[in-house]
Amino acid sequence: MSVAIEVQNLRCEFRVNAGWFAAEKRVIAVDDVTFSVPAGSVLGIVGESGCGKSTLARLILGLLKPTAGTVLVDGKRLFDLDRKARARLIQPVFQDPFASLNPRHRIKDIVALPLTAQGTFSRAEIERRVAQILERVGLSAAMGERMPSQLSGGQRQRAAIARALVLEPRIVICDEPTSALDVSVQAQILNLLADLRRDLGLTYLFISHNLAVVEHVASEVAVMYLGRFVERNETDALFRAPGHPYTQALLQSVLTPEPGRGVPDIGLGDAMPDPANIPPGCRFNPRCGIAVERCRRVAPTPMVRAPQGMVECHLA
Amino acid sequence: MSALLDIEDLEVMFGGRSAAVRGASLQVEKGETHCLVGESGCGKSVTALSIMNLLARGGRRSAKRMSFAGTDLLSLSDREMARLRGNRISMIFQEPMTSLNPAFTIGSQMAEVLTRHKGGSRTAALERAVELMGRVGITAPEMRLGQFPHQLSGGLRQRVMIAMALMCDPELLVADEPTTALDVTVQAQILRLLATLKRELGLAILLITHDLGIVARVADRVSVMYAGEVVERAPTAELFRSPQHPYTRGLLSCVPVPGRVQRDRPLGSIPGVVPAIGPGFAGCAFRSRCSHADASCEREIPRRQAGSAHDYLCRLAPEFSEPQPA
Repeated sequence: MSVAIEVQNLRCEFRVNAGWFAAEKRVIAVDDVTFSVPAGSVLGIVGESGCGKSTLARLILGLLKPTAGTVLVDGKRLFDLDRKARARLIQPVFQDPFASLNPRHRIKDIVALPLTAQGTFSRAEIERRVAQILERVGLSAAMGERMPSQLSGGQRQRAAIARALVLEPRIVICDEPTSALDVSVQAQILNLLADLRRDLGLTYLFISHNLAVVEHVASEVAVMYLGRFVERNETDALFRAPGHPYTQALLQSVLTPEPGRGVPDIGLGDAMPDPANIPPGCRFNPRCGIAVERCRRVAPTPMVRAPQGMVECHLA
Repeated sequence: MSALLDIEDLEVMFGGRSAAVRGASLQVEKGETHCLVGESGCGKSVTALSIMNLLARGGRRSAKRMSFAGTDLLSLSDREMARLRGNRISMIFQEPMTSLNPAFTIGSQMAEVLTRHKGGSRTAALERAVELMGRVGITAPEMRLGQFPHQLSGGLRQRVMIAMALMCDPELLVADEPTTALDVTVQAQILRLLATLKRELGLAILLITHDLGIVARVADRVSVMYAGEVVERAPTAELFRSPQHPYTRGLLSCVPVPGRVQRDRPLGSIPGVVPAIGPGFAGCAFRSRCSHADASCEREIPRRQAGSAHDYLCRLAPEFSEPQPA
């Protein structure tokens, strides 16, 4: 199987001012991440806010330049490609369809923009493709004439998906695509994304904080903590036998609709992770319930985990 | 015994045109956690705000009955309501950053609640603030008194909001999506905290949420809202075991459940969107999305009984089987 996304030793640092007179701080948002996504599969990425998942998405989209490491999309280095070629290869769908659609343009013009920007499509061809993709995502031609404010949240997210797919990219980066939607609409959008992937042979990188959603859509899942993948495995294996204490805590904190079970005590404590202040040793150790002396001194290295995953924990 | 909070036939109108809440009835008993669940725009937040008399300009509320611990809320003057609010009824919101004042320290905002409602010295109020911050699991509470909201994480800010809501020993806490803006790990911690407070302080909680997972885990009783109406009310276990309203059933089928995932099968979903409800709308508001709808759904809909404390708004007779996707 060919590889859609290949990421090697990717690192991204930001410098931030801590205050007028304080020294500049370094925030390591993505710290030496390596992985690959086979074509046609879905890699889910989960983690808390600030763990670097959206930065990773921006790096892969070529919206941010990495401090070190490489991103190969469909075997090509993104920075060797011009913007038009990049747009034909990889497209994003973002969380908030209220913010990601220009409020002053009609839906069909928004969806047509990637085609127009290429500069190689005739007007008739653009119209044909826009009509086709709108229908494919379940929007009527009448919807195409409307402004974003006249659409519901779910319809707007359909429009955002249409825009992402109109250039027929191979890879789509979905960054929290359903987090702003109601559950009934979330289900519609997840089903649509699943259909499109199957019919068009797409590869998804699917970022979400909702583990139940990720379990539903992803073939493989990576758990991110303070800029690193701390565990990665096939979805079923990861959910059945999580190796990292952080993965275990995340899984426990999913509140399934089962009455009478109460809210679990996940025992993570209050020490919130701070990417500007990554602790020595294992970066998870201040919140870990089973940390031992070694965890506070030595950073764990990735260990192979069956069937084809990895985990970064001394105790796994 | 009458309920702590007793609302019957609440109507909320904005600008005389759109009806945000249409005849909703809601009872919250002393010491229970009552979940009001529904999707965006169903009127759940507006219901909460109308209890507090905090509706945005242009919003008008009316009801057959709206009483709190025997007091008629509708007849209270603004000043009388202000005395109740934050004192005997407290409210916390979804986004703790926007509900805390960024220009004042945590300590001064917390102390003000107590000195304003109960008088007493600022020192005593600050002591109470420290005690409550400890109680809600905030480490180093003395240090927090001098901090500003932006110096705290989202989870800590929500804990501060909860501590602040408890300053005057309220009987009812109205919590509007208190964990929606938080990470799942922090959400679990905050919900556990609310459950502990309810148990230890005998606090009644009206929890507004869209998340059926939260409902299942924390609620004693549930009211499901759709398009401004309470379409189903039941004890939690009963609602999940035998939901009656097609909307409740549809909602339950939309939720992916970990461990029971069938990746190749689509999730259940509810087709269509919530209709616009103008004045003069009659019949069932869900009929345009319901697979059971027929012409009789355009007429007045009966409230049917499916158990001693379980009723729902639908023409269909109750069915007691495993939940089916609508």
